[in-house]
Amino acid sequence: MKKFLIPLGLFLGLVIFLAIGLNRDPREIPSPLVGKPAPAFSLDTLDANAPKFGPQDMKGKVWMLNVWATWCVACREEHPVLVAFSKANQLPIVGLSYKEVQPQDEPAGKKFTPEQKLQFARDRSALWLKRHGNPYVLSAVDLDGRVGIDYGVYGVPETYVIDKEGVIRYKRVGVVTPELLQSTILPLVQKLNAS
Amino acid sequence: MNLQSVCLKWLCVAILLVMSGLAPTQAKEAALLAEDPLVEKRLIHISEELRCMVCQNESLASSRAELANDLREEVRKLIREDRSDSQIKEYLVTRYGDFVLYKPEVKPLTWVLWFGPFMLLVLAILGMAYYLRQRQSAQTGQPGLTDEDRRKVQEILKSGDAP
Repeated sequence: MKKFLIPLGLFLGLVIFLAIGLNRDPREIPSPLVGKPAPAFSLDTLDANAPKFGPQDMKGKVWMLNVWATWCVACREEHPVLVAFSKANQLPIVGLSYKEVQPQDEPAGKKFTPEQKLQFARDRSALWLKRHGNPYVLSAVDLDGRVGIDYGVYGVPETYVIDKEGVIRYKRVGVVTPELLQSTILPLVQKLNAS
Repeated sequence: MNLQSVCLKWLCVAILLVMSGLAPTQAKEAALLAEDPLVEKRLIHISEELRCMVCQNESLASSRAELANDLREEVRKLIREDRSDSQIKEYLVTRYGDFVLYKPEVKPLTWVLWFGPFMLLVLAILGMAYYLRQRQSAQTGQPGLTDEDRRKVQEILKSGDAP
């Protein structure tokens, strides 16, 4: 009887470990940036008349940084959630337009100049935001993805919550859902606003 | 007939034009790679031990994902700035976490990962040694029946025969 129980116990242990392993999202990797100051940058925004934007401009506010692009399919799924959320005025959402201009956007055999690239990104993003709604107070334009690297971006959309001192308190890789907003992001924002 | 050969001629011209249009871009790509063989050698060496975050089972050296391209370019830049291998890895770890390292650092958090298998091996060896010793002592500890035992058994059997 005992002899029969030992392999069964080992097998059950294995099953439990495998079940846990299989149910985890491999894209969910703890970010080393949580608890660290948001990396500084200074980027043009989608608004041609606005000055450059950097995270230091948001000092004293709890805010959300949302990495997006018009070519990003998952962003389309997320976008209505953000638009609805922005209407509640809980916290400012800043967009980071990530590598908006893709190599295939450039005319064959030619390369855009940086100015042309920025213009292209502004035009296409404006059109997209007009069609799908604009949840952002502004969108900084990261054309070459350099700022994305500093923020450890590897799968658009990504979302960060940054506190009044400019410290990253939360990072989400992938789509922000209404459930996630209710269960995790909103309570965190309330806590950060109270402190 | 005549029309056909004219068409063919133009087709050839068109193909040549398309090919000549492609050629410079290809040459440019190759030139980029061969720019500095020393940098490329170090890049390959380093990026083989780094994970591509997009296609997680590929190394940064072999991945064709766009982010991998960007990161390789970033590593190239750092190599040109004369940073050491560990500095470059540190640079990526502060952004993407330990997960970018195919060979994780040895630190308390990763002890189980590094030494766990050896601990299991030692445990298995100890378990087997224990099991074998048990079995051996079970065999040698009871060396069959003595003459006295046999006599007793016979006695019991005999007395059992009697009703």
